Amino acid sequence: MNKFETELKAGNFVTSECSHCKKIVWPPSDYCDYCFKEVNWRKVSENGTIVELSRKENDVFCITEFENKIRVMGKLDAEIHMAKPGQTVKLTKCLFNDKNGFFFSLENKQ
Amino acid sequence: MKKVAVVGYGNTKFTKDELPIESLLLESTKQVFDTTKNLSQDLIDGVIVSTNDNSKYLGAILSELSGIKPKISHTVEHLCSSGSSAVISGFSYIASGLADTVLVTGADKIGNPGQILEWDKSRGEYDHPIYWASMFTKAHKRQFSTTDEELAIVSAKNHKQAMDNPNAYSHKPYTISEIMNSKNVTEDLRILDCSYSCSGSSSILLTSEENVKRFTDEPIWISGIGQKTNSASFTKNELTTLSSTVTAANNAYKMAKITPQEIDTAEIHDAFSVCELMAVEDLSLTEKNTGAMYVRNLFNTEDRKINPRGGLIGAGHPLGATGIAQIVEITQQLQNKAKNRQVSNAKRGLTHNMSAAATSSTVLVLES
Ligand SMILES: [Zn+2]
Repeated sequence: MNKFETELKAGNFVTSECSHCKKIVWPPSDYCDYCFKEVNWRKVSENGTIVELSRKENDVFCITEFENKIRVMGKLDAEIHMAKPGQTVKLTKCLFNDKNGFFFSLENKQ
Repeated sequence: MKKVAVVGYGNTKFTKDELPIESLLLESTKQVFDTTKNLSQDLIDGVIVSTNDNSKYLGAILSELSGIKPKISHTVEHLCSSGSSAVISGFSYIASGLADTVLVTGADKIGNPGQILEWDKSRGEYDHPIYWASMFTKAHKRQFSTTDEELAIVSAKNHKQAMDNPNAYSHKPYTISEIMNSKNVTEDLRILDCSYSCSGSSSILLTSEENVKRFTDEPIWISGIGQKTNSASFTKNELTTLSSTVTAANNAYKMAKITPQEIDTAEIHDAFSVCELMAVEDLSLTEKNTGAMYVRNLFNTEDRKINPRGGLIGAGHPLGATGIAQIVEITQQLQNKAKNRQVSNAKRGLTHNMSAAATSSTVLVLES
């Protein structure tokens, strides 16, 4: 497992960030994809924005964007009609066992 | 740079059968030998295999099984567009003078591992293609008010056109309402809006201008090539434009010195219905936001211009073979040999292929 997966398994959603130019390096990597310097690892902000969403049976799944850069797909704990692109969500849980798992909830429940 | 032409081809039927990858590769290769005049093993100095199969050294294996001792032989893997990439490799060897005559053969088995890109961690547990296709479809509906009926027309048209393709996986016509009422895979995707992974193989024989006459009186020239890779991660994509396709198409048109309006027929990558609506726009065959109307018009007038062999939805999708099968179809169209599928007076054609939700695209222009 790499650093990203180890942290995810511990429940931490982290990203690589360049130690030199400070850009977020996403998807996670060992070196900056802009200047090839070493990366540091840090937690990703827990608030994200829905990019798009759909539903499989009772599961609502979506692409969520964090910090204007980091996009992941995960499960949204909401009825599909309650959510739309642009809406803020909170990362409630992440995990790693063979595959990544990301879980979101709507920030402002009505 | 030397001119390069397609001078021979072979195709297996696309099926749900579990067949050894070597048998599939050999089957379409045998057809090249059976149908190309004056072809003997010693005339082939390049053998390129495209596949997502985990087997190793297939270029050498196919060469040995075919009695060929080529100068150049290897395998190309690039997910769904492996076949198109292999053709570009073959083209480049000939154009540069490194080889004279190259056999390009692609195949995959029904359960091939190329359908899921495990590296793309950004997809989380939603790594099957139905999830990116649902995102594309939902975003298209949202931006362009695309309806389920407009999506179903793509599938109805391509299933119908596949009826006249003896090698197609599907030989069953479906009505628009049957497609709209087929099983919901997700809220935005019906099962009949999806292409199927299949077992199958396709081959083409490429040669340089000075060798063409030995093999055929009807060479089909590869006159334009465009390729673009934007990323490997799906989630970096725009959702309503296949931006890698836009770049690849523009480069292919520029190299061929033609405009999109000069394309008479095209095989495009309709892995899901929404992909055809996006591709006809992003290949500039119709204006942005007119894809659905364009395809509806083709369907209503029984115009086979787009995906005459049935595309991926009708013909099936053996990943490594698909890009080559597309070129076989356009070659037959431009040779006026496509029988019931023939698009009248086709002089210029195009193939469009893409990988991993259009994170990369390949466009080839062919001319008679
Ligand atoms: Zn940097």
